[in-house]
Amino acid sequence: MDNKRIYPIWFLAPAMVIFTVFFLIPIAMSLIFSMMNWTFTGMSWAGFNNYITFFNDYSMTIGIKNTIIYAFATMAAKCVLGFLLAVFLTSNIKSKHFLRSIAFFPNIVSTIAVGITFTALMHPSKGLINKALAVFGITGPDWLGNINIALGSVIATDVWKGVGVATVIYIAGITSIDKSYYEAASIDGATSFQQLIKITVPLCRPSVNSVIILALTSGMRCFDLIWSMTGGGPGFATDVMASVVYKKYAAGYYGLSTAGNVIMFILIAVIAFPLQKFLQSREAE
Amino acid sequence: MNTYKKKHLFADIIGIIVGFIIFVIPFLFMLVNSLKERVEANLLDITIPKTFAWSNFAEAFTAKHYQILTAFKNSLLLTFFSLLFLIVVGSMAGYVIQRRKDKPVTIISMIITTGLMIPAAVMPTIWLLQALHIYKTMFSMIMIETALQIPFTVLLYRGFMSSIPRELEEAAYIDGCSTLQLFRQIIFPLLKPVTATIIILNACTIFNDFTNPLYFLPGAENITVQQTLYNFMGQYSSSFNLLFADVIIITIPMLIVFIVFNKQLVAGMVAGAVKG
Repeated sequence: MDNKRIYPIWFLAPAMVIFTVFFLIPIAMSLIFSMMNWTFTGMSWAGFNNYITFFNDYSMTIGIKNTIIYAFATMAAKCVLGFLLAVFLTSNIKSKHFLRSIAFFPNIVSTIAVGITFTALMHPSKGLINKALAVFGITGPDWLGNINIALGSVIATDVWKGVGVATVIYIAGITSIDKSYYEAASIDGATSFQQLIKITVPLCRPSVNSVIILALTSGMRCFDLIWSMTGGGPGFATDVMASVVYKKYAAGYYGLSTAGNVIMFILIAVIAFPLQKFLQSREAE
Repeated sequence: MNTYKKKHLFADIIGIIVGFIIFVIPFLFMLVNSLKERVEANLLDITIPKTFAWSNFAEAFTAKHYQILTAFKNSLLLTFFSLLFLIVVGSMAGYVIQRRKDKPVTIISMIITTGLMIPAAVMPTIWLLQALHIYKTMFSMIMIETALQIPFTVLLYRGFMSSIPRELEEAAYIDGCSTLQLFRQIIFPLLKPVTATIIILNACTIFNDFTNPLYFLPGAENITVQQTLYNFMGQYSSSFNLLFADVIIITIPMLIVFIVFNKQLVAGMVAGAVKG
């Protein structure tokens, strides 16, 4: 049967036109625009000046560092906590469906709403978190005002919001494991902990890989949570690439903003793409 | 057997207590504070309101000449039309990409996949929209949301297509169906389950999108729901009761979607992640 006739290539045309015009062309153009000096009167060629300015300014290079910290920290936490939650929620407890639902729900709530709520919960004197700590005689820190822990506080909120997705991906992986492995293992006298390490963990690898890639790429693009909680502050302590791009855009430094955008693309490309290839090759073995 | 049961009961109790503290309290906190008087809400406590100030919701609705209604109208329009485009173009593309494995199709499929990871380019997109004279229009925002969600949508359609047997199409083609008829009358109805998943997941993503409308759809008359919430945050920094009333107004539609479509949401999330 002639594939080309039943499945005409023009079926791809509408999707490709929209995707090309509104996504691919702007990305290609960003390479050129990042080398422009952009003022109210017009544009002039700037070569690599925008990039040089970018890499010489601490308020912008910290964005690269924070993006990497943010992406890897949220990924690691979602990977581990999501797995533990999934193991707990695939056991024989009665409340597992209810707990699964409440852990997943924050994911579909507006990020801005979550940001507002956690900013209030993390208030240094009035916030519930510090009031709860005070009951145990602990003086809680200024979660979002202290430059050393502000980024960690936003990371924790991101994990709170996103751990449910990792959990349901793991649950799908765990429930698809053949039960006979566990039966055979328990006949041979393996403890449940041994079963977890020797059966569940290795057979969950495809789910682990999905969680890693998903969490890492969404972490590297994160903007709205940071913007609604700290606005990049205090100082530049929680500025990530996406917030640097926005700040430079809002201040009218369009060339610089686009250079930041390109650096963000490159960062994702050099970290996420090779990692995905690597994880997939290990999965195939 | 008895200790086994006790152990599970213990796990249940611990699970519910920890789950309640971590995942339920933040939502209760929003709810009680949206119902308090201003002074009481500003204490940021999680106590039952002394007097139930239902007027907070009325005030949040009427603020800035019913801005929140304009925002809901804009967000719903944006979500609805983006979904319409996504379903049409995404199902057609996913269908052909899954069925044909020749070089041009494989290359197109690879290009689309990159869109799963890379965010939009801000300034060049604005420049392009200005050149096309569609900057700050709802149409351009719909096109951008569509373009950004095409990779995920095509991925889900492609994945689902692999469960539909080819014989169906070959038989219909021999019977003289045109390719478009074949797709519209035979394939598309079979895609219903995945179309439902795509509608729910993309509706949540687009309705909750803050970043892209911030760049590509500025202007008071174009305001979206997430934008109003962000604006209220600056404006009502000393009236947490109104701020949380807004948060609740915006969270309730999502809660309803979640309760009704819980299964599809979770299944779709998993399918999208694992196949990606």
